[in-house]
Amino acid sequence: MSLGARVVVGRGSLALDVEVDVADGEVLAVLGPNGAGKSTLLRVLAGLLPPDAGSVVLDGSTVWDDDGVHVPAHRRDLGMVFQDHLLFPHLSVTDNVAFGLRTRGVRKAAARAAAAGWLARVGLDDLGDRRPGRLSGGQAQRAALARALVGDPRVLLLDEPLSALDARTRLVVRAELRRHLAEFAGSTVLVTHDPVDAMALADRVVVVEDGRVVQTGTPDEVNRRPRTDYVARLAGLSLLPGTGEGRAVRLDAGGVVAVAEETSGPVFAAVRPESVALYLTRPEGSPRNVWAARLVGATPHGATVRCELTGEVPLVADVTAAAFAELGLLPGAEVWATVKASEVAVYAR
Amino acid sequence: MSRSRSGGAGVPAPLLVPAALAVAFLVLPVVGLLVRTPWSSLGPQLTGPGVGAALRLSLVSATLATLLSVVMGVPLAWVLARSRIRGRTVLRALVTVPLVLPPVVGGVALFLVLGRQGLVGRWLDEAFGITIPFTTTAVVIAETFVAMPFLVISVEGALRAADARFEDAAATLGADRWTTFRRVTLPLVAPGIAAGAVLCWARALGEFGATITFAGNFPGTTQTMPLAVYLALQDDPEAAIVLSLVLLVVSVATLSLLRDRWLGRRGAAL
Repeated sequence: MSLGARVVVGRGSLALDVEVDVADGEVLAVLGPNGAGKSTLLRVLAGLLPPDAGSVVLDGSTVWDDDGVHVPAHRRDLGMVFQDHLLFPHLSVTDNVAFGLRTRGVRKAAARAAAAGWLARVGLDDLGDRRPGRLSGGQAQRAALARALVGDPRVLLLDEPLSALDARTRLVVRAELRRHLAEFAGSTVLVTHDPVDAMALADRVVVVEDGRVVQTGTPDEVNRRPRTDYVARLAGLSLLPGTGEGRAVRLDAGGVVAVAEETSGPVFAAVRPESVALYLTRPEGSPRNVWAARLVGATPHGATVRCELTGEVPLVADVTAAAFAELGLLPGAEVWATVKASEVAVYAR
Repeated sequence: MSRSRSGGAGVPAPLLVPAALAVAFLVLPVVGLLVRTPWSSLGPQLTGPGVGAALRLSLVSATLATLLSVVMGVPLAWVLARSRIRGRTVLRALVTVPLVLPPVVGGVALFLVLGRQGLVGRWLDEAFGITIPFTTTAVVIAETFVAMPFLVISVEGALRAADARFEDAAATLGADRWTTFRRVTLPLVAPGIAAGAVLCWARALGEFGATITFAGNFPGTTQTMPLAVYLALQDDPEAAIVLSLVLLVVSVATLSLLRDRWLGRRGAAL
């Protein structure tokens, strides 16, 4: 393991207690809502915040433990990228990138040459003489990545590196970041609240809520089989906890969902919004799941309209804009929601 | 610095009237000084004995006091703003005492400590044969004592306003706290330090009470401009006016010069 840590921090309402292990070359995404403790975890790994208890092992050497090993941030071999880049405003872009080399004793000319090399790698060849204030958001974040990677650290920590960017820039920078991470030999920890970042960049995802790890797995697993409402909502799924009884799931909140597989014991039933069909009158025929529901919210979502439904079974349905108009749906409308049994994913809790 | 809106429209009368009074109150004395200046005899008065010496002494001692204040005050401001040592609140209260202490009292206090019979002064005298009171050194010490808190307060404010996360970023780039201070913190708060130094210098230039108490009033060695003005007022009011005018011109010229060079670009509050 190139990075292994257990971090315990109690601060105000936050009680953080998580373990992370990241192998060489692996990208671990720490996904969670604001206030879950993700950034606190990252600050502890970086050495910017002392944990109440725990240990941090970087590249085989302990940099923090409860027996008095306390290596400060500046002597840990890591690079960090912050949400709002934090490029030093009084230094040129080149000097920003060269900063980490200069503090580690590299001579000025050599450091600037290395910085120029990295600026070329992130596509900022011509902007080295500029002040950070004259860079666009995307350019600044690229420069920040170059600054973090120029010293060839063993560990790269990314704190919401894309969330300050506008949607289009985010797309481009995310693709570039993916390429740089693929070339990076060390361990990467990416903190984000955006599941798309996690899915696009990470090999493994840790979901943190209220200071605890609630789920770990590959991005695909987490996406398809969420274990908490937060993740389900991010993945766009309706998550229905219940008890498996053969080909039916008796939901904890009331109601029964018909499923295609036999299950027993505590399970989750997850329904994709595009699997939900809406009707004004109760449909006859094949679908096994039919529920009365009331439309409580509708937001355009690309070519479809995402409809929030309450009723015996709370659901989210995606219907095409045309169908939405045809049905003449208004908030408060009574509808019938149907889902085929084969479209319900069911897995153990 | 806020951009002024065109015209006085929109200013409520309860604010406008006192504000206008305040302007009159602050500006009229300066106008009075200019009106009463004996412009015809300005030349001879300026070249009169003691004027040049007092002005030179004032400028040199205020500048030295400012340098001392920067060298000691900036680190102190850092300690107050960034360190987590205990008793910081008490420390801040202590170092800002000279702000509220009447300068004459400050002079007496300095005398009790650094005078020949003082706590430190006696030792200095016996061990090194150094006597501080009534020397130019005493002028600089008195001015530093009174003016340094202005710099400390102003730089501490700048440090608190500066984003400390830049220092986190520097730490992740291998910079220890000293390197971070030199290469990141100091450049970030440079405008605040400049503003504080200007305040400090202006305060030191105008210092009267502590100086006359602790350093005395000896032409050439301890008689600074404010002392010369006060003394001249007793027997030659015209000379006092001229000296005051010189002090006014020097202060305003220095402030505007520094403001354009250092403070203008970032719009610091001076």
